[in-house]
Amino acid sequence: MMSPIVLLLTLLVLSVAGYYIGRRKALYVADAAGGLSKLHSRPNYYGALTALWCCMPAFFLFVFWLVFEQSIITSLVVADLSPDLRNLPPERLNLFISDVRSLASGNIVSGEITAEMRAAASHYVDLQGIGKMIVGVIVLVAAVAGMLFVYRHITPGLRARNQVERAVMALLIFCSTIAIFTTVGIVLSVLYEAVRFFRHVPVTDFLFGLEWSPQMAIREGQVGSSGAFGAIPVFAGTLLISAIAMMVAVPIGLMSAIFLSEYAGKQFRAVAKPMLEILAGIPTVVYGFFAALVVAPVIRSGGSQLGIDVSSESALAAGLVMGIMIIPFVSSLSDDVINAVPQSLRDGAYSVGATRSETIKHVLIPAALPGIVGGILLAVSRAIGETMIVVMAAGLSANLTANPLQAVTTVTVQIVTLLVGDQEFDSPKTLAAFALGLVLFVATLFLNIIALTVVRKYRERYE
Amino acid sequence: MSSSKNKSIAGASGSSRRERTIDIVNRRLAKRYRIEKRFRFYGLCSIIVSMVFLAVLLTSIVSNGYSAFFQTYVRLDITLDSAMLDRENPGKSNFQAIIKQSINKLYPEVEDRKSKRELYALFSSGAAFQLRDLVMRHPDLIGTTVSLWVPADDDVDMLMKGYIKRSVAENERRLSDRQLGWIDRLADQDRIEKRFNVTFFTAGDSREPELAGIWGAVKGSFFTLLVTLVLSFPIGLAAAVYLEEFAPKNLATDFIEVNINNLAAVPSIVFGLLGLAVFLNFFGMPRSTPLVGGLVLMLMTLPTIIIASRAALKAVPPSIREAALGVGSSKMQMVSSHVLPLALPGMLTGTIIGMAQALGETAPLLMIGMVAFIVDIPGGFTDPAAVMPVQIYLWADSPERAFLERTSAAILVLLAFLVLMNAAAVIMRKRFEKRW
Repeated sequence: MMSPIVLLLTLLVLSVAGYYIGRRKALYVADAAGGLSKLHSRPNYYGALTALWCCMPAFFLFVFWLVFEQSIITSLVVADLSPDLRNLPPERLNLFISDVRSLASGNIVSGEITAEMRAAASHYVDLQGIGKMIVGVIVLVAAVAGMLFVYRHITPGLRARNQVERAVMALLIFCSTIAIFTTVGIVLSVLYEAVRFFRHVPVTDFLFGLEWSPQMAIREGQVGSSGAFGAIPVFAGTLLISAIAMMVAVPIGLMSAIFLSEYAGKQFRAVAKPMLEILAGIPTVVYGFFAALVVAPVIRSGGSQLGIDVSSESALAAGLVMGIMIIPFVSSLSDDVINAVPQSLRDGAYSVGATRSETIKHVLIPAALPGIVGGILLAVSRAIGETMIVVMAAGLSANLTANPLQAVTTVTVQIVTLLVGDQEFDSPKTLAAFALGLVLFVATLFLNIIALTVVRKYRERYE
Repeated sequence: MSSSKNKSIAGASGSSRRERTIDIVNRRLAKRYRIEKRFRFYGLCSIIVSMVFLAVLLTSIVSNGYSAFFQTYVRLDITLDSAMLDRENPGKSNFQAIIKQSINKLYPEVEDRKSKRELYALFSSGAAFQLRDLVMRHPDLIGTTVSLWVPADDDVDMLMKGYIKRSVAENERRLSDRQLGWIDRLADQDRIEKRFNVTFFTAGDSREPELAGIWGAVKGSFFTLLVTLVLSFPIGLAAAVYLEEFAPKNLATDFIEVNINNLAAVPSIVFGLLGLAVFLNFFGMPRSTPLVGGLVLMLMTLPTIIIASRAALKAVPPSIREAALGVGSSKMQMVSSHVLPLALPGMLTGTIIGMAQALGETAPLLMIGMVAFIVDIPGGFTDPAAVMPVQIYLWADSPERAFLERTSAAILVLLAFLVLMNAAAVIMRKRFEKRW
């Protein structure tokens, strides 16, 4: 029996060996043909080609097995079960199988262990062992066969370089499509679960309902057992906190960028810019802790001094800290676009006698406006999707209010609270998180695409 | 503004009796300069405001967290009675009882069960484990009396650090007057002192603050980031090379580019949802493991790395490429032996920055179940593990005062790692960056 790591290492060693063997063969045939110049490619390429044929087919076989191992073995085990077990309803059979699997891997089993289960589990383990052995042998045979295949075909005329380059190119293309796969994966996974959710709760109820209380009762008929999934209060809370954040981040970030690019001396910029970048590098969980520990109590006590009742999880605290987090984001994006405005526009304004601030207000900002707006849109999408600050500093209960001193909840907070912890995966409660995730993804996607297009158009104008 | 000026210039040339332009300009000049100054002041203010935020943030964390690097220990004289310890199999003995016995010896006057329970509460339950380790390592100590510094309970620790105030009324304090008296007695006998908190750097998580440490989370972060790095660097590099050097300008590559740029701005929690639905539910990978965490963070950092790597490739001047092609190398050879080596430092810098981002990321890891309470220190990629930011999140949720200081200390450790990584990136940029 071979563990996957050992198998992969063996494969690696074989490939390295294949490289040297192929290279030697190439040198040998070159000698026979009358010198290196008679070879089509450099000898290294013959080695590389041998190594590729050695590892690639074998590796794909191995990955194929890894992906399908569980389902193949499971179907074999099920086929050998007694008929009455096999004819169980699908969900009970699934439960039985997952118990068998956990028994086989030595984990805790949900129900009590029956003799049948034990037998099935040992059968499972046996099959796993046999499977591993067979796959190990097949993979190694494939590796050696691939190596020998190329080895026998090495002649001075073999276009080794072209073949190797074609393989590398395929790899490069595959790697660059991973971004597409990721997007597709996100869309499909979120959409699939969201559609399942919308089977329980109508889309319109979800998008336009005014009450959000996703706690489902365990027993039928308990008070509030139905759960309400109207997401308007959650959206409103998200918008409220994002608006507060933008009110902090946009003026401060924009003014910082203007000051840094138009007024500050070289030395000041050398100090202040990295400082702003530090603000961007601090993990969001730290901001969340800071909001809950320092900012919220300060706002609360400040409010009680003025005789105003402030919630300890006020939207203001979360929004304020989120705004601080976004300042460097706004400032670096605005800095970029302001610097992209051609110097000739500035010179023109100065030459008619405008002061610096007049140049900035009447020439630079109008010229850079599309870029700045794009940057702000990106910042908004950041604020909407920000999670840790609101999880730690904003509330859980969904209040439909515009009062920044009250506790509100956000989309991301709800996703986290609905999905953290052990829940069955079929209840509307967990599925609701995916519906919220879908809304979040679509909203940020829109903002991002608009923002990126605007910024790109803007850049092109001055390039 | 400019239009009014034009008009006045035109007017001035028409008639000398009218007010001269320069006078109009001069009259408004003072006001304009004031506006100019004010505007400049606003700019400076906003930078100062950001700096102040940063300073407040850092000071509040340092001032809350530095004390967690020290922990109160109590010296106990422990008689390792051979009657209570089995020489053959010392690990099976009841060390809790031995500790209690030596506590009783310090306070012979405490007799009833309730008071005793209050007394034992001053000492950490970790004392028994510490004693067990000692005896297991040195079985020859059995039969002797050892003097051992054991950790005090977190309430005692908080009292010694001044977070529990003696002035507070007894029923609002976590320690009773009687317990305070016992602690004072320990202090009189020089049996209590603050020492460097080694546990914090060597232990995993624990429900008891005095036994909780960051090491499990550090190792978890290490394994997670290793998975991320091993996958995202080669993939990111390959994608960047293809898009920058080979990709034809067509719809497909445009689509890839839009995707990459958009993914860089997708909220991180959405990647967590993807990980939950695809890696955990579809592929059935184990929950809360560095393997899955690393995969999710890989998808998340990939756009960052691709974008940075493309910038690095763009910075390589075309003359290098032309020279390579000119001496007859293929396009692939030109890239692999000329362009790539020159762009590599920039790519590595981008990768380090991406890794720093991944190290601080919490939200997607919550989705894939990395919030479990895990005591054991992970030993591999498929062991359940916590990572540092998640550990911070978990501790920040704990009600004990002692966890508050440990949260801040853990943040300091995390920030230290981030500073190291970013410094490495800066140094690399400074040393290897070429300007053409």
